[in-house]
Amino acid sequence: MKERGIGVLLLATALGALIALGLITYFIFQAGVPLIAKVGLWQFLSGTEWNPTAKVPKFGILPMIVGSLWLTFGSLLIGVPLGLAVAVFMVELAPPRLAVLMRPAIQLLAGIPSVIYGFIGLTLLAPLIRATLGGPGLSVLTGAIILGFMILPTIIAISEDAMRAVPLAIREGAVALGSSHWQVIIGVILPAARSGIIAGVILGMGRALGETMAVIMMIGNSLNIPVSPLQPATTLTSNIGLEMAYAGGDHRQALFGTGVVLFIFIMILNALATTFVRRPATSRRSA
Amino acid sequence: MTTARTQRIAFGCIWAAAVLTLAVLALVVGLIMIRGLPSISWGFLSGSPENLGRDGGIFPTIVGTIVLGAVSLLIATPLGVGAAIYLTEYTHESLLTRAIRFGTESLAGVPSIIFGLFGFIFFVTYLQMGWSILAGGLTLALMVLPTIIRTTEEAIRTVPQSYRNVSYSLGATRWQMVTTAVLPSALPGIVTGVILAFGRAVSETAAVIFTAGTALNLPKSAFSPVRTMAVHFYILAVEGISLEKAYATGAVLIVTVLLINIIASSLITRLVRRQVRR
Repeated sequence: MKERGIGVLLLATALGALIALGLITYFIFQAGVPLIAKVGLWQFLSGTEWNPTAKVPKFGILPMIVGSLWLTFGSLLIGVPLGLAVAVFMVELAPPRLAVLMRPAIQLLAGIPSVIYGFIGLTLLAPLIRATLGGPGLSVLTGAIILGFMILPTIIAISEDAMRAVPLAIREGAVALGSSHWQVIIGVILPAARSGIIAGVILGMGRALGETMAVIMMIGNSLNIPVSPLQPATTLTSNIGLEMAYAGGDHRQALFGTGVVLFIFIMILNALATTFVRRPATSRRSA
Repeated sequence: MTTARTQRIAFGCIWAAAVLTLAVLALVVGLIMIRGLPSISWGFLSGSPENLGRDGGIFPTIVGTIVLGAVSLLIATPLGVGAAIYLTEYTHESLLTRAIRFGTESLAGVPSIIFGLFGFIFFVTYLQMGWSILAGGLTLALMVLPTIIRTTEEAIRTVPQSYRNVSYSLGATRWQMVTTAVLPSALPGIVTGVILAFGRAVSETAAVIFTAGTALNLPKSAFSPVRTMAVHFYILAVEGISLEKAYATGAVLIVTVLLINIIASSLITRLVRRQVRR
């Protein structure tokens, strides 16, 4: 009898995360969808003008969507090659002593508060870019470089796991055929770990898309659509973070509407990542 | 010849990437520490901020950070550990467990600004908690829940099956088996997860600023608003209040995160060593 009660109680705790996700979805949509409906979905997504406090307010979030895309793909350009290289280093190349050091180092990289990264972008990288490449310094480029490092731990951790999970037999087969170490890595390990690596990249993408405070500090927060990486921009997240503090009425609803768009993007990425993560698990079992 | 040369170039690039990553980490930590540590004194740690933080110390933000982290863990730890026990010991893989796992994984991917929006509309406004320790703590609890579930599950899965068998053979019920055989053995792993979750709570800004507020006073009750160190650092830097105090606050933040990470990794190392001995 007592046993059964405990079982029910544990089930209730296990449903916690699912219930939380449901509540988040419901309340964000409930707060954001009415305004999107009022403005019109297409108008909301494709409008280039955001002026929520004007007499005739304009709620177009295209500048933020474009800004988010610039920043996310920019950070992937840096984070993916670097992250993959570090993961390969940790699994294949690092001398044992250094390998022991790498894991906590990457964990620390993940643990440093995002506002600290933003601050480094603001005080160190932005002036450097202004001095060397021109522009205002606070720009897509500054944000993308720093974000690229911020998403490294996500990409590294998941690709590392995927590479370690490659069965030894496959590697030995390649070595037996006379492959060099590099040929084994590029021709066998990376392809075999492919789906895990893709999942890591997608999750890293989600992190870049969702980062807020650091982005506010680095990107210049301009409502113009950027045409060069040296220009400032604004993103879905940074605009919410900046304006939530004082927004009211329709303006606040529009920020929740922006949250709805962001949430949908993120859930699509999450779903993609889970399908990729699931695949190697099944193929490993059959191998 | 070409094979060897390709390999040399490729390995050179990989080494360079690893060195670059470590160098950036050292630069970030080093820069904040070098510029921040000189401004840290006992007065800075124990004093109250004056002139919006331009002068004085950061004591209330230290209290705010610890209290908020503690409240979130008090809520998230029982939930997360319970969920992990259920998933590992009380059920078999089914549609329900898959749904729970989907929920956990999705929650882990939700950006903190969405948690901030949700906490604001649900806890602060709908449940009328206002900007408070409670609203912030609950929001953070949901945020760190996936971390705790995941690490606890992993810890429980490393407990050898023989422990369970012995426990059952002595006539234990399932719950007795869990509390006497599984949990004690999984404890270091669970503690590691909780510590890492505390680290996330310390670092968080976006989810906290809209739920716990930015008040600079010492909190009086669970319904008082607080400002955490990370939020204080953000406001000092973005509003250009004081670069010196921002560096100092940043250094305290980094030291906190460093400590948390050192404790967590030493626990993990001990855990791994124990498993190897087995």
